[in-house]
Amino acid sequence: MRHLLSISDLSKDEAVLILDTAIEMARASDGPMKKLPTLRGRTIVNLFAEDSTRTRISFEAAAKRLSADVINFGAKGSSLSKGESLKDTALTLQAMGADAVIIRHSASGAPVRLADSAWMSGSVINAGDGTHEHPSQALLDAFTIRKHCTKGGGDLAGLRIGIVGDVLHSRVARSNVLLLSLLGAHVTLIAPPTLLPFGVESWPVGISYDFDSVIPSLDAVMMLRVQQERMSDLFFPNAREYSRYFGLNRDRMLMMKPNSIVMHPGPMNRGLEITADVADSARSVIVEQVSNGVSVRMAILYLLLAGAPSEIGANA
Amino acid sequence: MSAALSAQEISRALTRISHEILEKNSGSSNLTLLGIPTRGAHLASRIATIINSIDSCDVPVGTLDITLHRDDLRMRPPRALMPTLIPQAGIDGRDVILIDDVLFSGRTIRAALDALGEIGRPKSVQLAILVDRGHRELPIRADFVGKNIPTARTQNVKVNLSETDGEDEVLVSEGENK
Amino acid sequence: MSKSYILKGGLLPNGTKSDIAIKDGLISGIGTSLDASGSEIFDIANCVVLPGLVDLHTHLREPGREDAETVLSGSRAAVKGGFTAISAMANTSPVADTAGVVEQVFRLGQEAGLCDVFPVGAVTQGLEGEKLSEMGAMANSIARVRVFSDDGHCVSDPLVMRRALEYVKQFGGVIAQHAQEPRLTVGAQMNEGIISAKLGLKGWPAIAEESIIARDVLIAEHVSSRLHICHVTTAGGVEIIRWAKARGIDVTAEVTPHHLLLTDDLACSYDPIYKVNPPLRTQKDVMALREALAEGIIDIVATDHAPHPAETKECEWQEASFGMLGLETALSIVMATMVDTGLMNWEQVADRLSIAPARIGGYSDHGQEIAIGKSAHLSVINPTASWKVDRDLVASRSRNTPFHGMEFPGVVTHAFFKGVKR
Repeated sequence: MRHLLSISDLSKDEAVLILDTAIEMARASDGPMKKLPTLRGRTIVNLFAEDSTRTRISFEAAAKRLSADVINFGAKGSSLSKGESLKDTALTLQAMGADAVIIRHSASGAPVRLADSAWMSGSVINAGDGTHEHPSQALLDAFTIRKHCTKGGGDLAGLRIGIVGDVLHSRVARSNVLLLSLLGAHVTLIAPPTLLPFGVESWPVGISYDFDSVIPSLDAVMMLRVQQERMSDLFFPNAREYSRYFGLNRDRMLMMKPNSIVMHPGPMNRGLEITADVADSARSVIVEQVSNGVSVRMAILYLLLAGAPSEIGANA
Repeated sequence: MSAALSAQEISRALTRISHEILEKNSGSSNLTLLGIPTRGAHLASRIATIINSIDSCDVPVGTLDITLHRDDLRMRPPRALMPTLIPQAGIDGRDVILIDDVLFSGRTIRAALDALGEIGRPKSVQLAILVDRGHRELPIRADFVGKNIPTARTQNVKVNLSETDGEDEVLVSEGENK
Repeated sequence: MSKSYILKGGLLPNGTKSDIAIKDGLISGIGTSLDASGSEIFDIANCVVLPGLVDLHTHLREPGREDAETVLSGSRAAVKGGFTAISAMANTSPVADTAGVVEQVFRLGQEAGLCDVFPVGAVTQGLEGEKLSEMGAMANSIARVRVFSDDGHCVSDPLVMRRALEYVKQFGGVIAQHAQEPRLTVGAQMNEGIISAKLGLKGWPAIAEESIIARDVLIAEHVSSRLHICHVTTAGGVEIIRWAKARGIDVTAEVTPHHLLLTDDLACSYDPIYKVNPPLRTQKDVMALREALAEGIIDIVATDHAPHPAETKECEWQEASFGMLGLETALSIVMATMVDTGLMNWEQVADRLSIAPARIGGYSDHGQEIAIGKSAHLSVINPTASWKVDRDLVASRSRNTPFHGMEFPGVVTHAFFKGVKR
């Protein structure tokens, strides 16, 4: 059984293989070969127990371009919203003969539970679980960074990347810290101390509370979504103060290196963590991240599902 | 292990194939060469160089990776993809020469024909091959053959090219019985 | 109870080899060449005889969740683990906050008849932490409740805690505090540390436990009352208790078997079988707890036996119930972590698992030294044998043991309650 549950399941070579494969997938998608027969006859279930239109559509597009049959199993109106347990859902998917389940879930570790249980035998792909990980997002971010900040191949050695904002609650940040450092980049987390996880000192990253002092050295600035409700949990005083110190605005963008890029996994809070003029600027690769997402997810599906034993991911 | 083709023989075979391609297609004007990676791609660029020098032209040459179209994906670990680079003008209405190093079961070429069908509608598709070792499993034959080398199924045929392997030679060895 | 037994060739906790005669519910003889006429004889060579084990912290789920455990099934599990007295925690449904409920539980224990079941009364009505429950009525009921706890919930309001500590002095009661600062543990899932940060599970900081322990020892000192700290899990908590005891504060503390053995990295599997309140901590904490237990800073081992039905554990971690089984594995785990490591001898085991908990709970018939004329509550353990835990073979109604498949030393071969083999 082959899964992609966490970036920590990947070796550096495997991560590079996914990114290299994604280049060819992108080339195929850009060219005339829009639809590939590779996964013909395979059934992939999009199990989205938490709303996420963009990730679900991205995986769906990737699977369909590889000719897989896609079944969408969403939160609203599905048995999941009627209190069905993860176990019963898994047993149902097994009975339907799903070759792979792409799961988005509000509970950290739900994909691990699905993969490690005897409930189903197909591949499990983590499409974001709670505040744990979002491996495909990190891979598409690395793909995007590699395209803009390197000669196009290999790893990310020597690059300096800032991840800014609510690291504590961000699965995107956790996966990116693991992947970008695996690929040799130097990652700096920039956030108020309230939004950094306990024990973050043990992570392979630099830490800064001072965005302005770090931003001139960065090749890529990755902004994280900040949820308004964090204010009531006392993580910061108010939106204005947050934006003042940790938002990316025009003045800060002007401090950035030439050719450095601005990223955001979406959905954005324009005016809170990022201003509209920055989001829409020439440095912003936010829209491109979305299209790269399809290529990277095609690569993941291909490498996990096309062959006999898998070359990537956890073997459970 | 024995050398079935030397570097010199490979070079002569490619020159002959180039002449045959030009002859059969009455010149280079409508040709598009597509090599199948890895070694077919190198052979394609070599044949293109020869054709260009014979015919004083600049024949379009590209690569066609057929991995995603293979019918035996489930039987092996997934492999890394190689580039597919179709020349700017595309393949519609062109005489496409597919080029590979070894013709064996014919399944690679079937996959290549499927892939071409997704890309466009050539006027014709022809196949140039350095070594035909027999044992076809599909009704496929080569239009241009460097050398026919009769082999047992259990034997391995290895084409070495200087671009990837340091030197040019074709080796036949006894393989494991599969 | 006319049955009489001779236990032949066993070792007393102090290492003395001695036969023991049991008759009419009492220990009738100790020594060699005892009169064996009419007695059933058990050859227990190489086995250790301990005073019957006493658990001060057991969840029996009856009334309310009889699908998870009943007083009877819990009693069976207790006896299998060598316990002859257990303390039924108050967080049942309805809550054991009235004389009626504690008497019901007490009677169910008597009817089961396998061991003594001493109900623990709730400190506050409905475990809500606001109004004191009728502790006097419970103390004066047939259940004679002396231990009061809102376990599962912390008595977090310092004024409520002060009043409760004062109030129970009139009948010699003790407040057993579940030390968990609620505001620091909103939605908490596991020990706050490097692992929780990696797993994206909400952290449960050690300070949430330690700050309550620190506060409560000060209150107990101020009002000169008796405080018991349930399931201590952190090295910092140990230090505070050490300080309090040195200062002469009347505080006792317990540690669970699972906190003596398991660590928070087990959560990496996201298997909620390892989800427990308070959470598994780090190896550093485990070592500090073991040392504190050996030293007597932590007075007793208590199981916090917490049965749960399968569906509340076969799910996502954050949806799952807190708790794990403990009665049947407790003595083996103490042996593995404390005896085999050389930290404690069998006399200390007898103290931490029988004598001290009986003293704290006021269970005067239990936790006695093994001597002629004492009630024959005895546990026999074969320390040279080992066994493999199998969740399908537990006596409990639930099977949520984190020790499934693990091999442990020490097999409980017999338990005698009121002189009868159970």
